[in-house]
Amino acid sequence: MARITASVYTSHVPAIGAALDLGKSDEPYWKRVFDGYVFSKQWMRENKPDVIFLVYNDHANAFSLELIPTFAIGTAAEYEIADEGWGPRPVPKVIGHPELASHIAQSVIQDDFDLTIVNKMPVDHGLTVPLSLMCGQPQAWPCPVIPFAVNVVQYPVPSGRRCFNLGRAIGKAVASYDEPLNVHIWGTGGMSHQLQGPRAGLINAEWDNRFLDRLIAEPAALSQMPHIEYVREAGSEGIELVMWLIARGAMSDNAPRVRHRFFHVPASNTAVGHLILEEQ
Amino acid sequence: MALDKPYKNIPGTTIFDAEQSRKGYWLNQFCMSLMKADNRARFKAKERAYLDEWPMTEEQKQGVLTRDLNRCIAAGGNIYFLAKIGATDGKSFQQMAGSMTGMTEEEYRNMMIGGGRSIQGNRHLGEDGDAQPHRQPQGAAGRKAG
Repeated sequence: MARITASVYTSHVPAIGAALDLGKSDEPYWKRVFDGYVFSKQWMRENKPDVIFLVYNDHANAFSLELIPTFAIGTAAEYEIADEGWGPRPVPKVIGHPELASHIAQSVIQDDFDLTIVNKMPVDHGLTVPLSLMCGQPQAWPCPVIPFAVNVVQYPVPSGRRCFNLGRAIGKAVASYDEPLNVHIWGTGGMSHQLQGPRAGLINAEWDNRFLDRLIAEPAALSQMPHIEYVREAGSEGIELVMWLIARGAMSDNAPRVRHRFFHVPASNTAVGHLILEEQ
Repeated sequence: MALDKPYKNIPGTTIFDAEQSRKGYWLNQFCMSLMKADNRARFKAKERAYLDEWPMTEEQKQGVLTRDLNRCIAAGGNIYFLAKIGATDGKSFQQMAGSMTGMTEEEYRNMMIGGGRSIQGNRHLGEDGDAQPHRQPQGAAGRKAG
């Protein structure tokens, strides 16, 4: 049977991708960010998954206002890298896992979560920056990836509670897949940031660290937090953090082993948070 | 009964909800068109003519022409869509975000390096934080206005 053995959480700031692509990762400003992922890259080499289930959001690249799916699962064999206006990032294309993705879609929809199934979708920095942070700059990504896009652009976004319960359904779906695959689930985006208006640049490090504490220790209680608290305390774009609850919900109810924790301000406009949690 | 929108009382913040999305539909779709290199070139060559191809309001067009992102957001724009204009102009997200505060690029960058904007006084309208309406614009633009 397939099994989720670990979950990974990280911000997905586009400027991090640009810094890496333009060879700036040794500059002091960016080195402080990348230093937080040195352990993570080693951990990825030592704990290589068979598949990564990657929860992220599209930033008006694959989805315009013509179509706004709340939850979209990629069931394609491969995904091209989006041109977000600056040209596509020079990173390997993303290979999918159509068999496991279709299995998860069928199971989760039967569990009352109405996913949108997507077979053609360019993937943007929300998906590729986490891969870069965790894997560096390889010729090919280490394993297939199932993209799972969540609408956090047009309000209302799904609630934390719904995201957490969806994670549980995804965990159950993976556990019922016959092939013995080692699956990692990643939750990305956040932490506190606001990219618009006179309040742009908001950072709330105290709130972010409390979120990390609670995500580890009491995720079900954390999932009850209403939208307004994310927006008020962590900025209009800090709402992306609901996606971390999908990954956390997919883990078992046992206390996880915290392999790595990192927090740094800033990367461009954003507080960078990062966790690696393993099943005990 | 009206919908509950508690986020309306956060200073310096416009939540891109269904109402804003409806208002900004063509503005945002115009932005999406800039993902194609040919369209970027056509827009840069004749901005007004390119904008006139879209059923946008005059206010939206003026917001784009003056690169006033606060004005674009008030007219229904969303930052991830508006970022396509920034990409066309060769601007980063940090430059775009900073432009909405009145601070110079350097002032905004230094604020971020110093830990970002504080939440103190910026949770609710009526407090005294730096994102409150009575303290705009911030930074160099504020000193000039003052």
